[in-house]
Amino acid sequence: MPTITINNLEVRADAGMTILEAARAHNFKIPTLCHYPDLDIKSDCRICVVELIGQKGLVTACSTPVYEGMAVKINSPRALNARKAITEMILANHDAECTACVRNMNCELQRLAESTGIVKNRFESILEVKPVDKSNPSLVRNSNRCIKCGRCIDACKTIQGIGVLDIAGRGHDSDVTTAFGKALADVFCTYCGQCSAVCPVGAIMEKDSTDVVWEAIDHPDKHVIVQVAPAIRVSLGEELGLALGSIVTGKIVAALKMLGFSKVFDTNFTADLTIIEEGHELINRMKNGGKLPLITSCCPGWVRYAEHQYPDLLDNLSTCKSPQQMFGALAKTYYAQRENLNPKDIFVVSIMPCTAKKYEASRPEMSYNGQDPDVDAVLTTRELAKMIKQMGIEFENLREQKFDKPDEVTTGAAAIFGATGGVMEAALRSVKEILDERPLEQLEFDRVRGYEGIREAEVTIKGETVKVAVAHTLSQAKKIADDIRLGTSPYAFIEVMACPGGCVGGGGQPYGTTHEKSRERIQTIYQVDRLMKVRKSHDNAAVANLYSNYLGEPSGKLAHTLLHTKYTPR
Amino acid sequence: MELTAVLQAYPKEQTYLLEILLKYQASKPTHHLEEDELTAIADHLGLPASHVFSVVSFYSFFSMTPRGRYILQFCRDVPCHISDTFSVRETLETLLGIKTGETTEDGVFTLEYSSCLGACDLAPVLRVNDTLYHHLTVDKIKAILAEIRSGSDA
Ligand code: SF4
Ligand code: SF4
Ligand code: SF4
Repeated sequence: MPTITINNLEVRADAGMTILEAARAHNFKIPTLCHYPDLDIKSDCRICVVELIGQKGLVTACSTPVYEGMAVKINSPRALNARKAITEMILANHDAECTACVRNMNCELQRLAESTGIVKNRFESILEVKPVDKSNPSLVRNSNRCIKCGRCIDACKTIQGIGVLDIAGRGHDSDVTTAFGKALADVFCTYCGQCSAVCPVGAIMEKDSTDVVWEAIDHPDKHVIVQVAPAIRVSLGEELGLALGSIVTGKIVAALKMLGFSKVFDTNFTADLTIIEEGHELINRMKNGGKLPLITSCCPGWVRYAEHQYPDLLDNLSTCKSPQQMFGALAKTYYAQRENLNPKDIFVVSIMPCTAKKYEASRPEMSYNGQDPDVDAVLTTRELAKMIKQMGIEFENLREQKFDKPDEVTTGAAAIFGATGGVMEAALRSVKEILDERPLEQLEFDRVRGYEGIREAEVTIKGETVKVAVAHTLSQAKKIADDIRLGTSPYAFIEVMACPGGCVGGGGQPYGTTHEKSRERIQTIYQVDRLMKVRKSHDNAAVANLYSNYLGEPSGKLAHTLLHTKYTPR
Repeated sequence: MELTAVLQAYPKEQTYLLEILLKYQASKPTHHLEEDELTAIADHLGLPASHVFSVVSFYSFFSMTPRGRYILQFCRDVPCHISDTFSVRETLETLLGIKTGETTEDGVFTLEYSSCLGACDLAPVLRVNDTLYHHLTVDKIKAILAEIRSGSDA
């Protein structure tokens, strides 16, 4: 355990730590830009330079390991000056119109400018303004704000294994861009948004939907309803000043009512519905020699990836719509009838941890009449937080409220959808109990829980062994899909989520989401499950009612029209 | 040379990207690489197209716009600049009637900047396709151009 001196304080560090890690462990803050906890260390931006006593040059704290007797000064005049000059150079090539920027007050560059004490930039602007890419429903790329830290490149390459983005050109003329500088819609981007979640500035962000939602709420003839995805209740709190892992379900309902939504529903209701439909699909395929393995389809990033990279495997995808789209379809049909409303007057909003959900809602087949979308607007966790702030709501003080009926009845099975392995576990709880025709002895399927990239389990159903697997991130999904293609996949059922940790680590979650935070959120999600009275989807009485009052049989004719979909090779 | 022939001449390994690009570009009379060719190379090697684009846009010896049969590259780094008493650039631009970055109408010459060509002791230098000419003077440049023009394929 080396002893080192930081500023004038002697501290113990672990062998193998970098200066940055040692400093953080002792509550010294060293500013960083290109560094991000889950990504490779690049030491490109040089913002983290510190002075090493007895050495001429400055060293980068993110990449320099500590050693016995090392003495560093974080804020020596030389280090400060260097940091300031680097920041000024970045700002000279940056469209710094903060008040018009989504990252205003939540921006790493802004914080850096403040901490280095920049009042007026000594360098003149060399920015050559480039067009902003608004080509797709999910993400906007504004390279005029890009500081070329490369985090997005890494996220796309290492987490997703795709590589949509890279650096082009050299030196001062270099730019972070797609192949041949094309629009995101014209290259193979899944819209997963992992790039947007790690960007330190406002250079890649979700396409804003807050304006259309405010407009709809204000519209006298619109009946505006909202659904809240399972993963939001364990992450929104962080964005609004509550502790990591806070469960804020009831506060979200209260806040959404204050924002002016007529009804606030829980996507967990249609998550249970998804399990019933998908469970029956699995049972049917297993019984009737249908296409196996069955692969989940509730993640639109994964669906788009499969449509592009594995068009030959599209028959393996479950035909079930995602919970978001099942909700939308029912809202514009069943709910409209029940409430005696014209579906055209219903405006459906979803709160999702995801940027790809915006794209999913815009898919032409996701429409009850072939024209108007089932889901009219999708807000990310970040966008909802922004609206709550805009409204001046004191979130932490809100009294908890309940979701509107009949969807207030939800289950633990639906709650765990937000965690990697959750859909699999929820499906197993139902499929096993239904086929075994006796109550489950053990509700938890520990083998599909956890954070390994790919996890597999053997489950005995009706005396037969069924192999299942769970994968999170697209680089892991690729391994599974390649095996299916080769015919060497031993599984009957596979869950795939594009984001690390599942939806808890979604591309629309609060900035600064890391594996560590995602794991924390997953623990909270299992806690939500444990606290639920009903923990199996097929025990959800409201879902059973929906079938008997409206849908008919699971997997039946109406269920197929409303709740199932098809895929297109791209 | 067909692209497939070039691809087959190298092991299917990502480390051969640069060599494949160089070889293929040199084989084309237009000395340039097109988007669908780069995409095909990327697919062949299992690389993201963005990476291949990144490489091509990084090195000044690659081009994505058609160029002349002879590419004249003069160095703009310090040693060449200091020993350049008469302006290589201006001489070439006047003699060819084009600006740097352009191609002559007959498609014979393209004039380009290059970063250091690694022959600073011989400065000022000019690279014409694979040949390096050194210790340039105005007369020498005239002679080089005349020689190419009188060549059988020019
Ligand atoms: S990215 Fe940051 S510094 Fe740049 S305009 Fe936005 S808020 Fe301001
Ligand atoms: S949205 Fe996902 S696939 Fe698209 S560039 Fe970003 S990380 Fe890559
Ligand atoms: S877009 Fe954002 S994450 Fe990507 S390089 Fe630019 S600043 Fe960094």
